[in-house]
Order: sequence, then C-alpha cells, then structure tokens
Amino acid sequence: MATQAERESIRPWLLLSPALISVTLLLVIPVIFIVVYSFWLRTAVGSEQVGFYMDNWVEVLTDPFYRDILFSTLRIAAITTIVCALMGYVPAYFIARSQTRYKALLLILLILPFWISYIIRTMSWINILGVSGALNSVLLGIGVIDSPLQMLYNEPSVILGLVHFLLPFMILNVYVSVEGIDENLTDAARSLGATAWQSFREVTLPLSLPGLAAGGLLCFVLSAGTYITPLVLGGPQDKMFANLVFDAIITQLNWPLGSAMSLVLLIVLGALVTVYNRFVGIGQLAKSFK
Amino acid sequence: MGSVSWNLLRAYTIFVYLFMFTPIAVVVLLAFNSSQFGAFPMEGFSFRWFVALWENDAIVRAFQVSLLLGTLTALISTTLGVLASLALIRYDFPGKQSLTTLLIAPILVPEVVLAVALLLFLGWLELHKSFTMLLLGHVIFTLPFVLLVVQARLVGIKREYEEAAQSLGANPFQTFFQITLPLLLPAVVAGFLFAFTISFDDITGTLFWKPGGIETVPTQIFAMLRHSISPEINALGTVMIIMTVALPLLGVAIARRLASSSST
Repeated sequence: MATQAERESIRPWLLLSPALISVTLLLVIPVIFIVVYSFWLRTAVGSEQVGFYMDNWVEVLTDPFYRDILFSTLRIAAITTIVCALMGYVPAYFIARSQTRYKALLLILLILPFWISYIIRTMSWINILGVSGALNSVLLGIGVIDSPLQMLYNEPSVILGLVHFLLPFMILNVYVSVEGIDENLTDAARSLGATAWQSFREVTLPLSLPGLAAGGLLCFVLSAGTYITPLVLGGPQDKMFANLVFDAIITQLNWPLGSAMSLVLLIVLGALVTVYNRFVGIGQLAKSFK
Repeated sequence: MGSVSWNLLRAYTIFVYLFMFTPIAVVVLLAFNSSQFGAFPMEGFSFRWFVALWENDAIVRAFQVSLLLGTLTALISTTLGVLASLALIRYDFPGKQSLTTLLIAPILVPEVVLAVALLLFLGWLELHKSFTMLLLGHVIFTLPFVLLVVQARLVGIKREYEEAAQSLGANPFQTFFQITLPLLLPAVVAGFLFAFTISFDDITGTLFWKPGGIETVPTQIFAMLRHSISPEINALGTVMIIMTVALPLLGVAIARRLASSSST
C-alpha cells in the first residue's frame, strides 16, 4: 500500500500519461521516424531500400526546381505577413483604444472567422473574383470593361486568399498586446508635450511589438505550410513547397523523398519559431486564448 | 487624438471588416440564388440548392463522417486535455515546463509535416489510411487548443475550494466531480466545441489521412471545386457556416444559462 505522499507524487503523472503517450506516439516518434526514413531510398520497383543514403537530401537541396519553389514559398509567406500587419494593426488598435460602443461586437466578429471553415473562406473568393463573379459583374455593369477579366489563378490571388485567412490571427494578437498597455503611459507622454503621433510611435508601438511579432509568426508559419490555397486560388505555376510534399507523398508515393521535403519545411519554420522564442517567448502566443 | 484621425482609423477598420466578411456574405447570398449557374446576377430567392444537397448521397455521407469524426475527436481530446491541465496547473513536479511545451508542440509543427509524419509512421506499422488514422490525427492537433483553453480557466479557479472539500473529507474523485468540474465546465464546453470545430473544418491533414471512398465535408467541397464553383457548393458552405457558427453560439448560451442557474 503506497503512502499518502507517494500517491500524491504519482498523481500528476497518472493525469498526464494519456496526453503524453498520445503526443509521443503520434507526433514525437513519427517525426523521428521520418528523419530516419528520409535517408532510405525508393527503388525503381517501388519498394523502399533501408540504409543511409543522402540522395533524397541532395535532390531536395540542390535541384533548382525545389529550391526555386522553396524561395517563392518564403516570399509569398513574407508578403502575406507584411500585408496582414499593414491591414491588421489599425483595426486592432482601434478596437483596443477607441471608445466605440461596438467594441464587443467588433471582438465577436473578429473571433467569427476562426469558426468558419478555411476551405469555405478560401473558395469564397471565386465568387468575388471569378469570371462570372461579383467584381466582374459590377465592372461590366457600370461599363468599365467590355469582357470579364481573369483575376484568379495567379500569385496575387493566392496571397489574397492567405491574407483573408490569416488576418484575424494578426488582429487578435495585436489587439491583445495593445489592450495590455497601460493607458497612463501614453497620457504621461502627452502631458510631457508629445504629440499624439509621437506618443504612439515612442510608447504604444514599441510596447505592442510582441503582439505584432506573435501575429507575424503565425501568419508566416501558417502561410508557408499551406497547400490548399494554391490548389484552390492558384494556377499550375503557383505551387508552394507544401504542394510538392503532397505530390511526392500522395501522387508519386515517393515517401522517402516526401520525408526529406517535409523535414526541410520543418527545419526552416522551426528555426524561425526558435528565433522568435529566443526574443519574444512562446508565452505571447498563448495570451490570445484568454 | 483628434476626431479627424479617429474617423480615419474607424474608416480603415470598417474597410478591413468588409474585406473579411463580404466574401462570406456572398457565399450565403448566392446559396439562395435560384439561377442555374450560381453566379451573379441574382435571379431570385430559392431553397432549391439546399434541397439538392439533401438529395445528394455523397454530401449526406460526408456530413455523417464529419459529425462522427468531430464528436469523437472532441470527446477524446477534451478528456486528455482536462486530465493533463489538472496535472500541469494543480501539481508541481520536475520538467513541468518542457512537458507543457511538448504537449503544445502539435500546433508548433506545421500541419503538413505532422500529417506526413503520422501517415508514414503508421504506414510503416502496416496501419493503412482509415477512419481511425483520421481520428488519431485530429485528436493530436486539437489537443493543444483544448489544453490552452482549459489551462487558462483552471488558473483562475481558486485552489481553496478544492482544499475545503478535501478537508471536509472528500476524496480526489469527489473533489474533481463535485467542485473542480462544475467550476471548469465553461472551459470544458469551450474546449469541446473548439476541438469539434477544428476537426469539422480541417482539410490540410485530412487529405493526407483519409482513405479512398471516405470524404469529410471539407474534402467533399474541395473535390467539387475541381469542376467549378456551383450554387451547391455555396449552399454547402452556408450549411457549414451555420453549423460551426450557430452551434458554438448556442453552446455559449447554454453554458451561460448553466452558470447562472448554478450560481443562484
């Protein structure tokens, strides 16, 4: 019979074990497994050859095809992040600081997109930008154009879809951070003679940078890892890196090569998360859940 | 700040909100369009596309799969999440910080990588794509969200209530079910709905894990998009919006009702 103290010390582990075992079996070991797998080879007959071959890594890292798509993926993610920051900061600031009586409504509306399916939000732009979409029928109706414009299936429409998907993440994170700034600080700056703009630039903006960084990290990581948006809103030339992973695994069934490619994605984005954690701290991300 | 600049900020905010919601409003609007092609101009108001959904066996099946998958996912990950949160908030033990990070890890790993790793590992174990694989995958990436929601609430529940119950002779199970769980209920409901919605809406991982012949609602929409956008897709989108937006709002209302009736 265990003593009271022993039972007390074993209890947290009993409570944790189901979650820990799940994460270990379904995430940690599988990721370690694809590291090993990426050094195996897929033979011409389709079976895998166990061993330590660098071929997949050499192919992913040196083939200009993969490299170009990796760089264009990072470029698309960077543009998306910057656009989200430019579009998202002002609404976040407005919700946090204005005296509007619609504040609660604006906050509820901000949470709403998280509950609406990503595929629906993405495909909704086909109704707007498609050949028979809303924008073309308006432009045709007022006589600006004579025949419908093809506005879809290019890189800008992919970026548009990503911005639309990720903007709520940005606004929410900036909002949480601006809301947490003591308003006495800007009042103090004002009373010391700073203009409204100066007190924003010198006090509010620097103090809201952690939220901006958290939102930026989410936007970048989520857009760099997507393959659905390019499939729905992009053309054949707009593939992103995750599309190549999908093709390798699902279409070509070249699992070792697909492993190496997904690890490249994990390393690039993981490095970013590590840098972020070093300077800002992962805890900032959790604040939006409260 | 001057009222002119506030007006500018207000106009900018309105513009951004319009950007976020116009496309979604258009989906709902076009779902009721009676025209054959599901595009502008609107010809008339009709429920015909909703009727068409109901009569489409593939879509009804996809709904059944998504509902079952979402419910099982939410049940399992809420259970795991509540148990783990209790340990992480109520007990002190070595390595707590790293374990918290480990349990949050599924949202730090890009979903594509998680999908590939799970698919290939289970595949190597000769466990092929199946409903079970979908369920395991959905549990693992909804777990962190449940944890974050439940932990945030649990921190705010005073330990004194539990200690009082125990000093009055309640055992840990009685304490949990009679004190902690009722106080935690709003977060449990929120975590459950959160997990359900994430599972119900997921496509990134689902496309990797789903066996041939099984479609969830999002993968069904995705497959239908391959041809072209149709009013049926808009109607399906509208049903999904109603399910994932109206159901949580209903849940919140019920939770409020429960909370207010238990406090009076």
